[in-house]
Amino acid sequence: MAETEILSSPGARLVDVVRRFFEGDVFYSFRRSPVVIVAFAVTVIFFLGAFLAPWLAPHNTFDAATLNLLDAFKPPAWKADGDRSFPIGTDDQGRDVLSTIMYGMRVSLLVGFCSVALALAIGVTLGLLSGYIGGALDALIMRVADVQLSFPAILVALLIDGLARSFLPRSMHEELAIYVLVLAIGASNWVQFARTMRGSVMVEKGREYVQAARVIGIHPAMIMVRHVLPNVTGPVLVIATLALAVAILTEATLSFLGVGVPPTQPSLGTLIRIGNNFLFSGEWWMTIFPGAALVLLVLAVNLLGDWLRDALNPKLR
Amino acid sequence: MVEPLLRVADLARYFDVSPPWLNRVLEGQGRAILKAVDGVNFTIPKGETFSIVGESGCGKSTVARLVVGLYRPTRGSISFEGHDLASLTTRAQMAPLRRRLQMIFQDPFASLNPRWRVADIIAEPIRAFGLIEGRQAILDRVGQLLRQVKLAPVDGEKYPHEFSGGQRQRISIARALASQPDFLVCDEPTSALDVSVQAQILNLMKDLQRQLGLTYLFISHNLAVVYHISDRVAVMYLGRMAEVAPTKILFRRPRHPYTRMLLDTIPDLAMTGRQRQPVAGEVPSPIDPPTGCAFHPRCPHANDRCRSERPEPRALPDGALVACHGVEEGRVPDGPIGLVQG
Repeated sequence: MAETEILSSPGARLVDVVRRFFEGDVFYSFRRSPVVIVAFAVTVIFFLGAFLAPWLAPHNTFDAATLNLLDAFKPPAWKADGDRSFPIGTDDQGRDVLSTIMYGMRVSLLVGFCSVALALAIGVTLGLLSGYIGGALDALIMRVADVQLSFPAILVALLIDGLARSFLPRSMHEELAIYVLVLAIGASNWVQFARTMRGSVMVEKGREYVQAARVIGIHPAMIMVRHVLPNVTGPVLVIATLALAVAILTEATLSFLGVGVPPTQPSLGTLIRIGNNFLFSGEWWMTIFPGAALVLLVLAVNLLGDWLRDALNPKLR
Repeated sequence: MVEPLLRVADLARYFDVSPPWLNRVLEGQGRAILKAVDGVNFTIPKGETFSIVGESGCGKSTVARLVVGLYRPTRGSISFEGHDLASLTTRAQMAPLRRRLQMIFQDPFASLNPRWRVADIIAEPIRAFGLIEGRQAILDRVGQLLRQVKLAPVDGEKYPHEFSGGQRQRISIARALASQPDFLVCDEPTSALDVSVQAQILNLMKDLQRQLGLTYLFISHNLAVVYHISDRVAVMYLGRMAEVAPTKILFRRPRHPYTRMLLDTIPDLAMTGRQRQPVAGEVPSPIDPPTGCAFHPRCPHANDRCRSERPEPRALPDGALVACHGVEEGRVPDGPIGLVQG
């Protein structure tokens, strides 16, 4: 019965979705904006550089055996006493700066993505419950959010990090540093997701398709997950993009302050801190290049987030 | 006497619209209670179409929501085939009645989940009540339902935004029919549609009623639509019934001054030039309703008794129920008004 074969295979659905995307408004506004194309290209290059670092980087800077202290403080290759094998110089321990940036960005992006994922998970869950169920639960969650919002996010992150430091033995702390950092940044950023989610959910909850599901007697948890959630992902995704930039910056700040990742696995923030010590003795490349990489990455991600917000908001088109 | 399909007795629903506690204390205000529905009685026999009409804010949509269980009543009872809906508390207990009692919503642009395919939307009740097992069997049933509302089975593959308002309302009807209900609550199902499409949807609903033996509770503010579809009509004013009568009697011989005023607002093509009673005043706030008969500030026949004593519905010999002191005392002139074509 061909007539009743009305639901096609998952593969055909995927093709359909991809086709819709390229014919859609979002892709059109992407093509029309050179700034966004450049930001996208920069982001992709940085992501590739970071995730393919073990294969692309000229040196493995995490492997102490390959380091040679005689290579320390080499200036960029174009300087008179530069070395061809270290294109933008070396740091105080003879590590190639280009390679440390690539490996460091890996750490920065890993922490950034994981902490945003954690903040998303907490924020979306609490926001969904708060908006849909309402009442006392809503009041409780939102008051907790208000209290947390009255502290700067960096302070909350410092607090969690400090607690972890005092409760974990020193040897474990080195290993767990990245997880602690993810927890600290993630837990300090969930509020904005929860608030956005709550607002969108309260709007959707009043819509008739949700009421239709209630008349059928669908379980509230199913209504939340299958009806409400797919219709409120837009604003949250936009915030997630912007939050990624903030999370990378927070990680860099914490690492710069010396409470982030251990120096043996430097992130961009650690590199800037180490280089900062030598800035006035003339070895500027140790801090300028990681700093520039951080600025470019955050700027590109922010521009993408801004564009996504505009492209997905029909009122601003 | 045969038990009617739906019996609503002394149904009331109040909403607490008080400002927050702190504001009440600071501004010295009391609680504000909105009596959206305040003591409504009606019965609907199987196979009948019962309509509720009234101006915006009279509580007609609240009645619809109470009947399908979206709101819990503050007072009174709703019984479906003799089973009191309020006594059912768990989802498992409610499921068998929910299957038989479905709803069609007002806004066809909001009542379908924009992220779901039409086939999944229509299949939702089938899956929720476990009526049919197996993917192909469910799809066959969805195709059959789509044909029943004059759409094509291939339309199930599309998303709601690919349809017009009238087509979406057909999808909404197909979803409501998916669980094979006996009773449909229709909350202004045509008010968001073009006039030409309204007629199609109404005719479809009448056809379905004949084929499937459906019973309708029809909510509308459009008297022409109500005249077209109903067997009996209730006129609601500020949460109470002003008049309940068989359609022909209500339109030919309206008793309650409010009903007469509403009917006088229907434009007619004959352009008779007859003197009409203009609609005077506005609906008073249901938070602070007038004493006595709620309609007395707008009623040309109101006297002291109307201002102090609330009229109860009284049965008249021709089957009409009217809540009006004036009609009871014979003060309000009786007889046909205007011209309503059959």
